[in-house]
Amino acid sequence: MQKSHHLSRNEFVKITVGALGAVIAGVIGIPAVAYLLSPALKNQALDAWVPLGPLDIYPVGEPTMFTFIRTKVNGWEKTVYSYGVYVYRKNETEVMVFSNVCTHLACRVTFQDDTREYDCPCHDAQFDIEGNILAGPPPRPMDRYETKVEEGLLSIRLLEG
Amino acid sequence: MIMLTKIINWLDERLGLRAIYNVTLDRKVPKVNWWFTLGSASLFLFIIQAVTGIFLTVYYVPSPDHAYDSIQYIMTGVSYGWLIRGLHHWGASLMVIVVFIHMLRTFFYAAYKFPRELTWLTGVVLLLTTLGMGFSGYLLPWNQRAYWATTVGTQIAGTAPVIGPLILSVLRGGTDLSAVTLARFYAVHIWFLPAVIVLMIGVHMYMIIRLGISHIPEKDE
Repeated sequence: MQKSHHLSRNEFVKITVGALGAVIAGVIGIPAVAYLLSPALKNQALDAWVPLGPLDIYPVGEPTMFTFIRTKVNGWEKTVYSYGVYVYRKNETEVMVFSNVCTHLACRVTFQDDTREYDCPCHDAQFDIEGNILAGPPPRPMDRYETKVEEGLLSIRLLEG
Repeated sequence: MIMLTKIINWLDERLGLRAIYNVTLDRKVPKVNWWFTLGSASLFLFIIQAVTGIFLTVYYVPSPDHAYDSIQYIMTGVSYGWLIRGLHHWGASLMVIVVFIHMLRTFFYAAYKFPRELTWLTGVVLLLTTLGMGFSGYLLPWNQRAYWATTVGTQIAGTAPVIGPLILSVLRGGTDLSAVTLARFYAVHIWFLPAVIVLMIGVHMYMIIRLGISHIPEKDE
C-alpha cells in the first residue's frame, strides 16, 4: 500500500465511528446530567409574611407556640409542611419570634416551663429564653424571624432558599 | 499519547483487552449488505432503551395516584425530561420494527440453519421479550390509551381455551385492572424481561462470535 497523507479506509471508519460515538454520548450525556440535577437546582426561594394573629393574645414573658402549615409542590406531589414558632414577648413592646428548628441538626426544640429554657431532645442542646446557646452542640443561637406589628396584628417574615 | 499507550498496555497485560477486541470486533465476515447491520442496530437500540429507561425510573412512580402526574412532571418539570422520555418512547417502536426486520432477514437468507439453530432460538426469545417490553411498557403512562389498551390486551389473553381466565387474572393480579396490575407490569418491564433479554443477548452474541455470520446464499444452494 502506498504511503500517503490520505486516510486509509480503515482509519476513516475508525475516526468516523469514534466521532459519531462521541456526538451520541454528548447528546445523551449532557441532557442526562441536567435531567438528574434539575430538581436540585430549581429555585424554591420563599419570601412571605405570615400573620400570627393579634399581638395581644400572646402573654408577656411566656414563650408561646404558634403553628401553621404551608403547601409546596414537589415534583408530582403537593406536600404540606408544618412550622412551629415560639412567640416571646419580652415586655409590652418587644417581641421575639423563634423557629423551633434546632440550629444543630434540625430536630425540634421545646420550651421547658420549669427550667425556663428551650431543650432539644436529639443531642441535648439548650437555649435560654432569648434563644442564646447555654449548652450542647449548636453552632449558632436559635433562628429569629423578622417581625412586624401592624394595627395590633403580628406577622413574621418567612425566608427560605 | 505515549502515556495513553502505556496505560492501555498495562491494562492489556492484565486484562487481555486486545484479545477481547480481536475476537469480538476484528472478526472475518463474508461479503454482506446493509441488512446485516440490523443485529447491531437492535443491540444499539436496546442499550438506548436501557439507559433512558434507567433515567426514567428516577422520577416515574408506578402507582395509579402518581403515575400520570409523575410523567407530566418528567415532560414539563425536569430539564430534558421530554428528550429522555421521547427517546424511550420512539426507541421502543423503532426497536420492535428493527428486531422484526432482523428476524425477516435471518429467515429469508436462511441464516438460521446448522450450526446456527441456537442463535435463531435465542433470537425468537429476544423478539418475544421485545414485544413483551412493548406490551408492559404501554401501560405505565397510566393514561386512557394505556388503561384501555391493557384492558383489551389482557382480555385477549383471557380468551385462550381452558387456561384463559387464569392467564387473565395472573396478568392483572386479580379480576380487574388495578394498582396491582400497574405495579406488576412495572416490575416485569424493568426487572424480569430485561434480565431475560440481557441473558439472551449474551448467548446470542456468544454464538455469533463463535460461529461467525453466514454468507448470503447462492442461487444453487
